[in-house]
Amino acid sequence: MFSPLILITAILNGLLTGAVYALVALGLTLIYGVLHIINFAHGALLSMALFGAFFAFRLLGLDPYLAALFLAPALFAFGYALQRFIIGPASHGDDRNILLVTLGVSVVIENVLLYAFRADTRTIDVPYAFQTLDLGFTFLPIPRVIGFGAVLAVAVALWALMTWTDLGKAIRAVAKEKLGAELVGIDVSHVYAVTFGLGTACVAIAACLLIPTYYVNPTVGEAFVLIAFTIVVLGGMGSVPGALIGGLLIGVVESLSGLFLGESLGQIGIFLIFIMVLLVRPTGLFGVKA
Amino acid sequence: MPSYISNFSRRKFLAGTALSAAALVMPSVLKAQGAGVKLGILHPVSGALSYSGTQGRLGAALAVEEINTDGGIKGLGKIDAILGDALSTPEGGTAEVEKMNSAGVTCIIGGYASAVCLAVSQAAARYELPYVVDVGVADAIVTRGLKNTFRFGPGFGTISKTALDNLATINDAAGRPAKTVMIVHEDSLFGSGLAKLLNAQLPQHGFEILETIPHPTPTRDFNNVVLKMKAQNPDLVIPADYYNEYVLLARTMQQQRVRPKGIYSVLGGAASSYKFVKEFPDAAKYIMDCNHWFDPRNPKALALKKKVEDRGQFYTYEVYMNYSCVLLVADALSRAGAADRGKLTAALESSTFSGHVMPYGPTKFVNGQNQGAAPVNTQVLDNDIKVVLPANFAQAKPVFPMPA
Repeated sequence: MFSPLILITAILNGLLTGAVYALVALGLTLIYGVLHIINFAHGALLSMALFGAFFAFRLLGLDPYLAALFLAPALFAFGYALQRFIIGPASHGDDRNILLVTLGVSVVIENVLLYAFRADTRTIDVPYAFQTLDLGFTFLPIPRVIGFGAVLAVAVALWALMTWTDLGKAIRAVAKEKLGAELVGIDVSHVYAVTFGLGTACVAIAACLLIPTYYVNPTVGEAFVLIAFTIVVLGGMGSVPGALIGGLLIGVVESLSGLFLGESLGQIGIFLIFIMVLLVRPTGLFGVKA
Repeated sequence: MPSYISNFSRRKFLAGTALSAAALVMPSVLKAQGAGVKLGILHPVSGALSYSGTQGRLGAALAVEEINTDGGIKGLGKIDAILGDALSTPEGGTAEVEKMNSAGVTCIIGGYASAVCLAVSQAAARYELPYVVDVGVADAIVTRGLKNTFRFGPGFGTISKTALDNLATINDAAGRPAKTVMIVHEDSLFGSGLAKLLNAQLPQHGFEILETIPHPTPTRDFNNVVLKMKAQNPDLVIPADYYNEYVLLARTMQQQRVRPKGIYSVLGGAASSYKFVKEFPDAAKYIMDCNHWFDPRNPKALALKKKVEDRGQFYTYEVYMNYSCVLLVADALSRAGAADRGKLTAALESSTFSGHVMPYGPTKFVNGQNQGAAPVNTQVLDNDIKVVLPANFAQAKPVFPMPA
């Protein structure tokens, strides 16, 4: 049996890891939960954003946290254009087509990255990468603590946007009743593209928070996507608080099950919880019945 | 009337005759200079292993470039490298063998991963096509009685035995400071196989194994593993991981200030990597590894290192092992005197090739395995990777235990 201090440390580590999961899932919950687009390209977009943060640091000397200010709008624009000019027109309004188009987009993005940057794994070394917060009984890496705070801030901002702004109301209206939204004058194609852009911007911020302590290669995003899909279903589709709480919960479950069952079996805990939620509360923790 | 007769004009007849005559004459002209030799260079240059595959291809290409610049293989002419991509899968490797066989290659070099090498060796054996394994360490590659398969580098059995013997030597020489061990390994064939072997053999060398921790590839976070290390405080940590996970583990250990008496790897993913040492010098400091390495006293090996680094690439073991394999085949071909598969196989069987860049004993193939091949022990010292064992190739003495 592990000492309480180790258990507390494992929980804290789980929360810090879960925060990044939550941010990736926030992007997905908008796209998947609100627009019902199963975005297979989400992982490839994360890889792309990680490369963006990497080269911003290597070529321009931009700190990743600073780079987020430029990368988020850039990825927003990319996501907007992707939905507006590729995914939207190519899908012809059929969900099955969207599935295939996003899968195709992910294959294209990953292979363009592979062609341009090879499969080499790259890392950056920022001065604070190894700085830690000394809690007396454990050390918490500073970049991950910053990441945790940033994710909370983004989640609050996104929640405020969805709750109080006209754009948020339009997104929710489109999610609930597309035809009705169109009838009251909402530009549905624009709202779709903006939502996709917001989801992609979340991925850009996640990339900037990850890169100081993680690595990038053309397929690195895949590792986060399955977890993100789980979090979206667990938290409730389209729910911003759901994605945040779900992400943190999954982080802690993964950490504790890794500690007790071993890292190889650590993922079991996540999927057990996932199955339980589907059985007991299929709408997710914060979801509402359709 | 069928069109082919009606269209067969006098002009076409003359053109066809001229081409046929040229085709008949050309081979003899080429033969006078050596018609050239087709070599299949097969690596996983896409998919999960693409970085290693690309590095392997680079090593082979550099050797081909050197040979061709010097006028090619004596009596046979220049090498025509037929490049293949094994797609990081055994099936991908097999498909390339079929293509290369159709293209008329005299030999295939490469494979990289054991699973790919196993499949490629079998496929090539059907055509009695000589196959030189560049890296693949699984012992089964050369124990199935395939006459066409040759491995220039050491196999897993030799590597693990050398690694354990050298660990005991280093520990004994330091007064046996390390008694307890924790093994952290990736959970596929490579890591699990090694962990099993270490669990069986480390106690015989007087080590107590506190815990063996498997983890999947990729693993996103090593904090839990390091927490367990903190709780159990092993003297020695033995990681058996691929590059990314190795780097993450070492970084997390540094972050959590876990400093065992030694970090000792066997075929460590990053431990003998200039990239790792360059990017994370503090995390890499004093890490030891038993792995493939070049002969640090060989001027040819150092010239190759400079050439690779001048191209902006890291001098990884895939580069110099493939470079050496191409030179081995070129030497055998020049002795065989013909681009003939049977003669090349015989020439490889009797090879005593010494013009390579590896720290090996005399080349001698027994059942396809080079008996002179052996790994060495390296350690990260002064922001560089130095050979510390065996003594006849050593550049420095091992620093163990690690200074606090």
